Amino acid sequence: MSMLVPLPTPLPIRHGVVDREGWLAVARDVLDSGGRLVSLWGSQRPSGAVACAAYAFSVEGTLAWIELPLAAGDGYPDLAGLFPAAARMQRATMDLLGIAAAAALDARPWLDHGLWPLQWRALRDHAAPPGATAELPSDYPFVRVKGDGVHEIAVGPVHAGIIEPGHFRFSVVGEKVLRLEQHLGYVHKGIERRFTELAPHDAYRLAGRVSGDSTVAYAWAYCMALESAVGCEAPPRASWLRALMLERERVANHLGDLGALGNDAALGFGLAQFSRLREDWQRLSFDAFGHRLMMDCIVPGGVAVDPDRSLLDGLSRQCAAIEVELLTLRAVYDEHAGLQDRFIATGVVAPKLAAQLGLTGLAGRASGQAWDLRCNPSHPPYDQLDVTMATHRNGDVAARVAVRFDEAMESLRLIRAICAELPEGAVRDDLELPAREAVGAGWIEGWRGEVFVALELTADGRIRRCHCHDPSWQNWPVLEHAVIGNIVPDFPLINKSFNLSYSGHDL
Amino acid sequence: MWTIVKQIVRTGILTEPAPAQDDALHLQADRIQREILDVLGQALTVRQVDAGSCNGCELEIHALNNPYYNLEGLGIRFVASPRHADLLLVTGPVSRHMEEALRRTYGATPEPRLVVAVGDCGCSGGIFGESYASCGQVANVIPVDVAVPGCPPPPLEILRGILTAVRRGRTSAFGNGSIATTG
Repeated sequence: MSMLVPLPTPLPIRHGVVDREGWLAVARDVLDSGGRLVSLWGSQRPSGAVACAAYAFSVEGTLAWIELPLAAGDGYPDLAGLFPAAARMQRATMDLLGIAAAAALDARPWLDHGLWPLQWRALRDHAAPPGATAELPSDYPFVRVKGDGVHEIAVGPVHAGIIEPGHFRFSVVGEKVLRLEQHLGYVHKGIERRFTELAPHDAYRLAGRVSGDSTVAYAWAYCMALESAVGCEAPPRASWLRALMLERERVANHLGDLGALGNDAALGFGLAQFSRLREDWQRLSFDAFGHRLMMDCIVPGGVAVDPDRSLLDGLSRQCAAIEVELLTLRAVYDEHAGLQDRFIATGVVAPKLAAQLGLTGLAGRASGQAWDLRCNPSHPPYDQLDVTMATHRNGDVAARVAVRFDEAMESLRLIRAICAELPEGAVRDDLELPAREAVGAGWIEGWRGEVFVALELTADGRIRRCHCHDPSWQNWPVLEHAVIGNIVPDFPLINKSFNLSYSGHDL
Repeated sequence: MWTIVKQIVRTGILTEPAPAQDDALHLQADRIQREILDVLGQALTVRQVDAGSCNGCELEIHALNNPYYNLEGLGIRFVASPRHADLLLVTGPVSRHMEEALRRTYGATPEPRLVVAVGDCGCSGGIFGESYASCGQVANVIPVDVAVPGCPPPPLEILRGILTAVRRGRTSAFGNGSIATTG
């Protein structure tokens, strides 16, 4: 991997170009050494299209961003045989850029629902789409399951709750699920094309709206990418405050999920308790950072808010209070026979399958996939905080609940440590865009898993390409496996235990 | 079981307390309940439709259900079908892929149906604007009674939007001024 050039990022990220043989050789090397595919995308350069892949290496914890230049009309070697998670990313790359994985088994459109002009590609063709488009979405060719007593249940895109839209097609016998097939892309709103219309200094706001529940993670990853393209780092106090917000985002989401999981297993008490804790949490986020979800608080070069000592003390005190509540509620959950009966052995993803399919993030850690960017490779300020990773091997709903409890407790500790040890100093540096083409990358362990941003700047200071990757890309297909053999009424519970992003996936 | 009971007792009732002069939030809540009862004489049922949001608005709509706001205590309830709904609460710039689903959801909602667009994106298209993939504001696709700005708007603002829509709904459904205002 010597041909890769290190990018100036807080995490070890390297970037380089390969040929067709190299493209496959790197993929095999990563697979053999226990690494994983982080993201696959493409980019249209003035010189032609390139296929891009980002891999994480298991031992050193480095990320390699490799690209394969393509001649006009050429495909790139299919990676889905080595990394099943590549399949949908390859289909999306075809939809948005018009470059295909050669001889891929599944070549159905993924994000394209048949409403865009034929042959017009949002990330390839600079001109606006020509003329009128189709009125109604085209039919999606679901895989049909045949046999005595098999029938289909179609759910969505509008779901029966306060949930994002997507379509689920169940093939069932009685209540037993034989197969689930997802059809996503309903909230595709052209984010990656929109990036190219924004100035690099302003686009952090768009990054913060890729998936609202991960606004801090995306804003940080985008700013890290821009800072690495420019060749600067945020001041120390800023990176500590970024971590403070990232951990607060993690706790907020875990509190919300823990309540919803109790509710989905008919323990309304859990929802009432956790949702009040989450409300307390969000109200204090507003007091300390001026926004209940901390949107737009991380900005290029640093952070936009600098809470004073009394606010930081308030955050610490709240952690102590919530910790007591969490311990009480965890005991309730652990001892509740009805709840445990629903949680245990439901929606199982065994560690071996998780490794094969590339299950990542929180759900991955609940299935023995011990990856957490805060621990390995780590980066400031986490390298000074000695983060303990939460893992579990059972891979069921109960394991994903347990990992959430463990991570929330660890984040409460981290927040207090950050508040106590926060270095003094400036919280924002000015960024000056280089007068040359530049690339940068950002890689952050959000609450759901790793968020990755690959950024390309043009010589005149515009965004040529900003690719945002959500861990949901890896985990949505695994959910299809997790539900096999379970009964239909357990699907909401299993789905919630993953809590994947539609918006972050559909872009 | 005892732990649960103890925890419930220890938590107490968090719903923000009975009208007090310095408690603007609860005065709002109290008035909202009376408004809804005056207009509909029953509970208000709401169908939420995410038509392309980043899910930030959904988090704040979820928060409306927490004990502090106690939405159900105010007679407002989220329902699973547009056919059971008095009001649609729509978020997001309407993605091109959700345009038809939103139209059909609107078509399935019985008259007099009210529509509240939630969030900057629902109001104006927000940062996503209009493009090959985004139809922009909700009003570009279905008629909107009230638009609640904010990114995302906090729960109380969403509640305020629902109230405002109910008021306007009364005006159009029952004739202007035919029912005495109470607010």
